[in-house]
Amino acid sequence: MKTRVVADFSGLPIHGFRSASVTWWGTLAFMLIEATGFALVIAVYLYLMNLAAIWPIDAPKPNLLPGTLVTVILLVSAIPNYLTSRWAEREDFRRIRIGMVLMSVLGTVPLAVRAFEFPALNVNWDSNAYGSVVWALLGLHTAHLITDLVDTLVLAALMFTRKGDNVRRFGDVQDNAMYWNFVVVTWLPIYGCIYWIPRL
Amino acid sequence: MRTRATRGVLLALLPSSVLAGCTGWQSAFDAQGASAISIKQLMVLMVVICSVVWALVIAVLIRALWRGREQVERSIGPDPVIERRTARVVVAAVTATVIVLAVFTVVSFFTTRALTLAGHDDLTIKVRGQQWWWGLEYLGPTPDERFETANEIHIPVGRNVRLQLEGIDVIHSLWVPGLAGKQDLIPGRRNELTLRAERPGAYRGQCSEFCGLQHAHMALLVIAEQQETFDQWMRSQRERATDPSDAEIAAGQQVFLSRPCAACHAIRGTSATGTNGPDLTHVGGRRYIAAGLLETTRGSLAAWISDPQTLKPGNNMPMVALSADELRSVSAYLASLK
Amino acid sequence: MSEVKPDTRDSELAPPALAAALAETWRTPVGLWGVLAAVDHKIIARRYIVTAFAFLALGGVLALLMRLQLAQPEARVLSPDRYNQIFTMHGTNMMFLFAVPVMEAMGVYLVPLMVGTRNIAFPRLNAFSYWIFLAGGALLWIAFVLDMAPDVGWFAYVPLSGPQYGAGKRADIWAQMITFTEIAALAVAVEIVVTVLKQRAPGMSLDRIPLFVWSMLVTSFVVIMAMPAIVFASTSLILDRLVGTHFFNPAEGGDVLLWQHLFWFFGHPEVYIIFLPAVGMVSAIIETFARRPVFGYLAMVMALIATSILAFGLWVHHMFVTGLPRLGQSFFTASSMSIAIPAGVQVFCWLATLWDGAPVFRTPLLFVIGFIVTFVIGGLTGVMVASVPFDTQVHDTYFVVAHFHYVLIGGAVFPLLGGIYYWFPKITGRMMSETLGKCSFWLIFVGFNLTFFPMHILGLAGMPRRIYTYQPDMPWYGLNMFVSISSLVLVAGFLVFFIDAIRSTRVGVSAAENPWDAPTLEWATASPPPSYNFAEIPVVNGLSPLWDQPGCLMVASGLRTDRRELIVSTVAAAKPQVREASPRDSIWPFWAAVATTVMLIGSIFTPWAVVWGSVPVAIALIGWFWPKATPEDES
Ligand code: HEA
Ligand code: HEA
Ligand code: HEC
Ligand code: CUA
Ligand SMILES: [Cu+2]
Repeated sequence: MKTRVVADFSGLPIHGFRSASVTWWGTLAFMLIEATGFALVIAVYLYLMNLAAIWPIDAPKPNLLPGTLVTVILLVSAIPNYLTSRWAEREDFRRIRIGMVLMSVLGTVPLAVRAFEFPALNVNWDSNAYGSVVWALLGLHTAHLITDLVDTLVLAALMFTRKGDNVRRFGDVQDNAMYWNFVVVTWLPIYGCIYWIPRL
Repeated sequence: MRTRATRGVLLALLPSSVLAGCTGWQSAFDAQGASAISIKQLMVLMVVICSVVWALVIAVLIRALWRGREQVERSIGPDPVIERRTARVVVAAVTATVIVLAVFTVVSFFTTRALTLAGHDDLTIKVRGQQWWWGLEYLGPTPDERFETANEIHIPVGRNVRLQLEGIDVIHSLWVPGLAGKQDLIPGRRNELTLRAERPGAYRGQCSEFCGLQHAHMALLVIAEQQETFDQWMRSQRERATDPSDAEIAAGQQVFLSRPCAACHAIRGTSATGTNGPDLTHVGGRRYIAAGLLETTRGSLAAWISDPQTLKPGNNMPMVALSADELRSVSAYLASLK
Repeated sequence: MSEVKPDTRDSELAPPALAAALAETWRTPVGLWGVLAAVDHKIIARRYIVTAFAFLALGGVLALLMRLQLAQPEARVLSPDRYNQIFTMHGTNMMFLFAVPVMEAMGVYLVPLMVGTRNIAFPRLNAFSYWIFLAGGALLWIAFVLDMAPDVGWFAYVPLSGPQYGAGKRADIWAQMITFTEIAALAVAVEIVVTVLKQRAPGMSLDRIPLFVWSMLVTSFVVIMAMPAIVFASTSLILDRLVGTHFFNPAEGGDVLLWQHLFWFFGHPEVYIIFLPAVGMVSAIIETFARRPVFGYLAMVMALIATSILAFGLWVHHMFVTGLPRLGQSFFTASSMSIAIPAGVQVFCWLATLWDGAPVFRTPLLFVIGFIVTFVIGGLTGVMVASVPFDTQVHDTYFVVAHFHYVLIGGAVFPLLGGIYYWFPKITGRMMSETLGKCSFWLIFVGFNLTFFPMHILGLAGMPRRIYTYQPDMPWYGLNMFVSISSLVLVAGFLVFFIDAIRSTRVGVSAAENPWDAPTLEWATASPPPSYNFAEIPVVNGLSPLWDQPGCLMVASGLRTDRRELIVSTVAAAKPQVREASPRDSIWPFWAAVATTVMLIGSIFTPWAVVWGSVPVAIALIGWFWPKATPEDES
């Protein structure tokens, strides 16, 4: 087919940020998938609760302390997370390195506390359906904590290699920060569900 | 072109052909029960209207294709006047669709309500679906009027009978098309279904939720009879099993009680009280054994007992090795339990 | 970082040199390595399509076995156990290994071409998706060969599939196969969403997107919202079976119907995941062969969107006889019926297009006509079963079997076959045979109706589905025999189709760029398209670019040839934003798929497989994302 050149794109940048980047949209799409997943498990929790005569079934209410601690740590972590993302936007390589190290630590700490959260549920996954669904909720969220932590660690390591100082990586840092925010935000309804609904 | 026409005819004939010829004793169109009859009316209405809708669509399609033969050139910028006219036709068709759907919804709603408004009656039967037979418990006003039976539900004509449906192991579904729509029997839940037969007769039904190996052979029979006949049947069912009337039958009873049979089956009036299998107190009086598998005769009982796993592979009754004599006497015994 | 590389622009090269330079940059390596590392969307899609059609043939063979068994009462061709495995395999295979993947695959092939870009977004994820799909299919079929195939139906209701009644590993294999295919489908959905939103040719604003692309976009959103339900459902089923959770155990506070809610919350949208791409194909074919744009573009797009939203409000119509409250059920009757409105809008718009067009009766159009005739029947029976009282008589009978084969085969497979005839020249560079095409169409059309129409009557006459046999005193014998014989006609039609397709890849007439004089961008490049799809990125300023400017394509220049470059544009107006890089081949998606497969299959047997199996998965993913010093990594 004959072609006629009607535009010249040689002036366009060769890498885009945020909504001009396909990875950003991809991350968003995956967040949509996972948010749907979380919403569903919460719906299952409420469904089972609706069927049960008493809730929690045959178990004391979960202890508040570890879960609340995790909530606080996650909320606090949002601040350095935000800063890291800002530094990435400004392409401030030195600060990005600091931010990534910080976020690696702040990703590990809630995970350590999370280890105490499972026993604090006061019920086993195989005790009854209530136990199954709270373990599912907590397990699903923990899986997200772990994957994002691994992601953060790899990116942090990358920042200390020759390949680190590249705007593309900075875009990845931003996407990673966005994903961490997602992990923090989705925790809040789950926290409310596991710890506060039984107390209503 | 020819096939399309043939199928048009076929579709148009559907309601009438089903009404006329292809009925059976398990057909939704051979409706003899109150619910089945009102559902049938709804079905006929919907099938007829839908057939008309389909015929219209096809008529337009044929006309459109036919018309197109005259045109030759492609029209990239369709004429706005024609487009507007077409748009009006499309909007009209969509409006018609909405109206038809509204009618269907309203009619369905009222039919549903008619089905559930059926008044209550004192006759309540607990139906337990299990792999792959139906346990029945007739609940009387007092405990000693209760009795157990299996696979064959007797009901009085013209009365509402309440079935309480329980799934014992997996999900089953009770469906007697001639009398009513189906309803599932679900473990952990309790469903209900009201049956009302307008005419006496035997109505076959079949489990219609896939429940494993022998889902295909999980039939039941509903026998609707006049009130007196029904009362008589009830009375006889409440009775304990008849005592052996001759030596062979007595021997059969001995075999039954001394072999593993009694571990799974109950025969009221004897020491057999098992509950894993159907209650056999009056098994000889039922038309079929093994959930519709075989007509009840001495021979079929013997065949069943000698090798249930070949007749109904995978069912929950094991083969119990019996000598020829034992087999003969035990089947005589069971056949005598009317 | 950015070492100075030869920054060659397309505008600097004469056409042959440009083609050579692009070919070098976008080349997929040859040999085993190339096979395993390929990321070209066309190569992946071709594999996907061929694999899915292989599953269609296998599923069809299973259907024949069922028909053989059902032709006579109390036949002993198959044991009840085998029959149960076979109908489960047939349904599962057709839905999860054929229908959904084949539609996604058509999207993977066509969407990038139709929106005028050079590769799909996230090409490595695409490669991964195929390997995972293949592994899921292999898992199911190997289990079948080993007599370990699932035997609980394609929706695997608990408790039958639960720990107590589902013996062995059969139900686990079903559940895990689901996980495989869902991962694959979700990956493709994400790619398509991002490709359509961000990689459209400059100027292709939302109102200039071809209807097929719209349908894939909408479908992908449905996948994204629906699949998590089944992933959670199948996972919790495995947990119930493996580690003793009680999601579905009523004795411990679980619920049997919870499974059905979860399954159908996915399962109903699933049928539109199959159907919507098919209507996109119908629109594409009708447009080309009626020689005019589809009537009512906006209405068509709205109908797609409306269907996808309504699709999430219907799931209970599969549960009308489970004893849910009557009032709630009436709501689902109303919502199920209302989905007939967008369906009607589409049918009426197609009819209007044909009415005002000048139809050319080639094989693709024949299949579309067959589609209208049969799909409307299936849709109307759908409306019938949407009525609660009606459904209580026909639920789980052959009436429903007839309904869904009419919509699945009439509504989705017919357009698909039409689509294959239509796009075959683009994909292979050769035309399929018109004679064999017409022959296969008529055999399939007639055979299909003769096979499935009588099933309506069987259902009304009381024949439940999923029975391995029936007794001689039931009046179903004649019709069943008739159905079984007719299915041979149907299979003959498919056989002709398969033969034609295989034959034509070798001896078909070579196809020109645009053999049907079609209006959309995939026809603006060679048949088959080169690895880089378009030597220069097209610029669009209408809905039918190739009709608006016959024989001449408007393009843009200024892209680099030494780097895999494509244009990222804005979501609504498709204004160019970036000359973004597209990843090169990589072996890591393959390893990631292998590691995931090992982990998922292991987790059927022990929960520890998830713990230990995630390590290799993580390693493979790191390898996948670790930057390599290619020009694509420049910024
Ligand atoms: C491609 C797949 C596909 C499609 C498109 C549809 C389309 C529809 N389906 Fe179907 N369905 C299935 C696949 C599909 N279905 C499958 C696989 C099952 C069984 C699962 C199983 O149990 O194994 C099933 C089962 C199923 C049930 C459950 C039945 C039961 O188990 O008892 C119901 C109930 O409401 C239903 C309804 C509908 C409706 C209302 C539509 C509507 O979308 C149809 C709308 C279309 C039209 C109505 C025709 C065009 C419109 C006009 C020409 C306008 C004029 C129309 C009127 C005036 C009415 N379907
Ligand atoms: C898109 C989906 C799809 C397709 C295409 C089909 C196609 C067919 N189906 Fe399918 N069917 C389902 C989806 C589908 N089905 C589903 C979801 C169920 C429910 C399962 C369940 O209850 O769990 C079902 C159930 C089902 C039943 C009910 C079983 C039961 O309830 O007991 C029957 C019975 O007749 C049947 C028959 C057929 C037939 C005859 C075909 C024919 O169209 C097949 C045509 C033949 C072919 C496509 C093969 C042709 C090719 C060759 C012969 C080439 C061979 C060559 C080589 C191997 C190299 N199907
Ligand atoms: C392990 C339990 C078990 C044992 C032992 C057993 N049965 Fe059964 N029996 C069943 C079950 C379960 C059924 C229902 C089978 C079906 O229809 O799927 C059945 C059905 C029957 C029926 C048909 C009842 C009906 O109403 O349809 C008869 C008759 C019968 N058994 C007789 C016997 C005799 C005689 C013996 C001993 C030789 C015996 N059974 C031993 C479990 C058992
Ligand atoms: Cu019981 Cu099917
Ligand atoms: Cu549905």
